[in-house]
Amino acid sequence: MTKIVYIENGGKSHSIDVQNGLTVMEGAIQNNVPGIDADCGGSMACATCHVYVKEEWFNKLPKKEDGEEDMLDMAFEPNKFSRLSCQLTVTDELDGLTVQLPSKQA
Amino acid sequence: MIKTDAVIIGAGPTGLFTAHQLKLIGLDCEVVDNLDKIGGQCIELYPDKPIYDIPAIPECTGEELTNSLIDQLKPFNIKFHLNERVEEVKNNNDRWEVKTNKGTSFNTPNIIIAGGVGSFEPRKFSLKDCEKFEDKSIFYAIKDKTIFKNKTVSIFGGGDSALDWAIELSKNSKVNLIHRRDEFRGAKSTVDKMHKWAKEGSISLYTQYQLKDVKGGPESLESIDIEHDNKEIKHLKTDFVLGFFGLIMQLGPIANWGLNLDKKTINVDTEKFETNQKGIYAVGDICTYPGKLKLILSGFHEGALAARACFKLARPNEKYRFEFTTTSTNLLKRLGKKE
Ligand SMILES: Cc1cc2nc3c(=O)[nH]c(=O)nc-3n(C[C@H](O)[C@H](O)[C@H](O)COP(=O)(O)OP(=O)(O)OC[C@H]3O[C@@H](n4cnc5c(N)ncnc54)[C@H](O)[C@@H]3O)c2cc1C
Ligand code: FES
Repeated sequence: MTKIVYIENGGKSHSIDVQNGLTVMEGAIQNNVPGIDADCGGSMACATCHVYVKEEWFNKLPKKEDGEEDMLDMAFEPNKFSRLSCQLTVTDELDGLTVQLPSKQA
Repeated sequence: MIKTDAVIIGAGPTGLFTAHQLKLIGLDCEVVDNLDKIGGQCIELYPDKPIYDIPAIPECTGEELTNSLIDQLKPFNIKFHLNERVEEVKNNNDRWEVKTNKGTSFNTPNIIIAGGVGSFEPRKFSLKDCEKFEDKSIFYAIKDKTIFKNKTVSIFGGGDSALDWAIELSKNSKVNLIHRRDEFRGAKSTVDKMHKWAKEGSISLYTQYQLKDVKGGPESLESIDIEHDNKEIKHLKTDFVLGFFGLIMQLGPIANWGLNLDKKTINVDTEKFETNQKGIYAVGDICTYPGKLKLILSGFHEGALAARACFKLARPNEKYRFEFTTTSTNLLKRLGKKE
């Protein structure tokens, strides 16, 4: 189990133990964290699992794969710390990862 | 008012095979989809990607699957109402009245919702003030390009639609092209052409900028502010704004029909795939029940069962008989394989 912190747009924080191997998106959906829609179920086709990664974590994450940046073009108010949470697989190295959720997904 | 045995909402893979099953057992149906083409997610989101888990089809792309499903419907004459969103569903004397945003209406005992994750709609600007100008000065699709002639048009987006329109409109309009990063994801030849035109000055290019503010009178836009990643603001005079951010699926009107929802899905039983409303069924990605898998093959099974359930309400005085396509003269006739 790895601790992932999701901060809702309103500031409410959810600290969740997520099983390694799941994605940060799945961690949110399975634990009913509001603010992540994940309409396409993690196939990188919807950009409704968009999160802002806390600055100190951003460079520690595995690099974006082809296509993620293209999909982020369609996300709601992306910025330079934006990632698609369905592309972030939880591992021990991510313990304490903090992501902020946008005000809406679409 | 069109009278039919069943209205199918959604022309994705599930809706298409459900139409096949209805026609096969001798029922009429009409299919409505908000997209301008048939195929749902397969055609809109991944036409070129191969799928490997359709039974008996080792490999086919989203587009090939759609075309095969359309082919399979050839023996039947099915009416598709594309570019129309079903808005309203109302009960009337044990039948349902179904209305679309284009004013088409149906009277039917059965509605099969095969709506996926909802209807595909253009993604819009996040800025609230943009709504005031929508369809006046701000557009997400172009119907009549002549209105832009000799005007200033600011185009947002980084894909093929944004690039194609920037190039096309710059022939007769002053074009600003604005994108949140330096890279564009359009076809390489289009991206190169746009950069060439930008260099020559016929397109003004602003990258790492996003829309910050829109200003103007009640009827028309006068200017916009765009903000750079480094927070610097630029003020641009503009008559029109176009946003091309692709499509998003929105549950939309389906949420207002009195159905038992679980997040963005509809609860159904697994015998008829009926919702809490008699005569309204949900199949494919939009339905949920214990063990539901969001796979195309599950949608096919669900559609086949919902179609059988429709028979009872559409033909109350007849009995449904189970038959095989290989051996039933009835079915072979419907398929056009026997006189
Ligand atoms: C990238 C990606 C890869 C995938 N790969 C696979 C795979 O390998 N194997 C697999 O089995 N599945 C795969 N899937 C999932 C598969 O595409 C879906 O399960 C399938 O498309 C669901 O079909 P559907 O007909 O239920 O809904 P959809 O395909 O979503 O179609 C629903 C249609 O209903 C329309 N609609 C909704 N509401 C309304 C309304 N009110 N009025 C009018 N029209 C409306 C929509 O516009 C849409 O066209 C993948 C999905 C994605 C995104
Ligand atoms: S869940 Fe759709 S892109 Fe991540």
